[in-house]
Amino acid sequence: MTALVFIEHENGAIRQPSRSAIAALAKLGDVHVLLAGTDLSAAATAAASIAGVAKVLTAEDAVLADNLAEPLAALLTALAGDYSHVAAAATAAGKNALPRAAALLDAQVISDIVGVEGADTFIRPIYAGNALATVKSKDPVRVLTVRAAAFPPAEPTGGSASTEAAPAAALDAAKAAAAKSRHVSYEIHKSERPELSAARVVVSGGRGMAASENFKLLEPIADKLGAAIGASRAAVDSGFVPNDRQVGQTGTIVAPELYIAIGISGAIQHLAGMKDSKVIVAINKDEEAPIFQVADYGLVADLFKAVPELDAELAKA
Amino acid sequence: MKILVPVKRVVDYNVQVRVRADQQGVETTGVKMSMNPFDEIAVEEAVRLKEKGVATEIVVLSIGPAQAQDTLRTALAMGADRAVLITAEPNPEPLAVAKLIKAVAEKEGPSIIILGKQAIDDDMNATSQSLAALLDWPQGTFASKVEVKGEEVEVTREIDGGLETVALKLPAIISTDLRLNEPRYAALPNIMKARKKPLETLTPADLSVDVTPRLETLKVAEPAKRQGGKKVGSVAELVEKLKTEARVI
Repeated sequence: MTALVFIEHENGAIRQPSRSAIAALAKLGDVHVLLAGTDLSAAATAAASIAGVAKVLTAEDAVLADNLAEPLAALLTALAGDYSHVAAAATAAGKNALPRAAALLDAQVISDIVGVEGADTFIRPIYAGNALATVKSKDPVRVLTVRAAAFPPAEPTGGSASTEAAPAAALDAAKAAAAKSRHVSYEIHKSERPELSAARVVVSGGRGMAASENFKLLEPIADKLGAAIGASRAAVDSGFVPNDRQVGQTGTIVAPELYIAIGISGAIQHLAGMKDSKVIVAINKDEEAPIFQVADYGLVADLFKAVPELDAELAKA
Repeated sequence: MKILVPVKRVVDYNVQVRVRADQQGVETTGVKMSMNPFDEIAVEEAVRLKEKGVATEIVVLSIGPAQAQDTLRTALAMGADRAVLITAEPNPEPLAVAKLIKAVAEKEGPSIIILGKQAIDDDMNATSQSLAALLDWPQGTFASKVEVKGEEVEVTREIDGGLETVALKLPAIISTDLRLNEPRYAALPNIMKARKKPLETLTPADLSVDVTPRLETLKVAEPAKRQGGKKVGSVAELVEKLKTEARVI
């Protein structure tokens, strides 16, 4: 039983959600990883040293540089014949390409798994995380996306995998599939802070923050804790922060060691994105806010008073 | 051009769902059902494309129990022209749904199919991508902006860390993200008019599609409950507890 895991790279490093996907599949047997794009040598070296990786396949071509679903799904489909499982992290790229590859293989994708029960049996959340379904696949190739927050990432060192180029036929399939779509541009939001999905601590603000500039109040706290800054959908919809900050069913799903929710009421949609955090802290002036039902530590207070106080307390340490 | 919009009837997003005692699903009897929120955004986008003169006809499609008719009437009241209902119970999986939509698309010949990015019941996020694969059309998923430019459609997509714009040759598949638009409410006169708009009913057998599930649900369970609710009196106490009790800072 060997799994093929599509992994994403950034500046020569392997993204953490991809390492979580490797860890999830390593429970079942050998893991081969697939790297796609251009200038893969640094990323291939990084991938080969990840613990649990037996082989690195590289697919080097400009059509694969932007993770467009059409060429990527064709590539995965062309390679799938040798594997029992085809998987990727449930990132924007994974969620875009894997269901397309699954349909090309006439398989039902199993999205966002949080548990591996066996080679064909997986656990996945449904209804915004309010229920967990255990499903058994009858398809010969199981196509999966993996919720990164549910699996500790595979260690970046300790492995010594061999690297080889993907077969030319697979690359040709990717090129042929690239005719109908093209990448036009990116608009990436720059951030010096840790990536939201991988941060050990997340500080999030909600509608209670009242204005965009008030999110600056969270920065000194985030700096002191080495935290990523997140937001509720209400804060995003109010235009306080860009949408890639959103934690929730429709945004990023996080499970940090510490999640601090500030001015967030705790709607079902938001809880779906953070309720697996190890410790949850809520600061809200409404003591009836549903967030207090999941918070390990709740403080009923005006955030504009409590946040500067929190910063001062953390500075003491 | 013609636009096809598949919509799904789901448990209303405000309902706190309960897992059934037999662990075979969640309680849906007597529970409020609505159109999947992402699908409302898909209908809205199609109607806006018609208002701009880009689209000439909007066909809405739903697959599910007979009551999915109500969901289709809502879409018609928002501005769709006619509806197709494929009755199937229980709801087929995304792959089977994609096969059914493909069969309808082959009869209808739309230039664009707009779907929600995911249904809030199964949270699969798979139908649009699978449909694009089966039709061999390009896909613009998680769209926050859509612009038809001649023989192409430009789609701005929400990705990790920001936005990406892709150009797709028509015909194409688009899946909607939350920020694409704000769906309109159907006005009462439009709800009345929607009752008279055509609604065709089919079955999977009419379209020769096998909807046998590929996934067997062994169990549906409640997630572990959190022990929440402990309140602290001050910021100082909070920091103290995080240091000494929770040991996370």
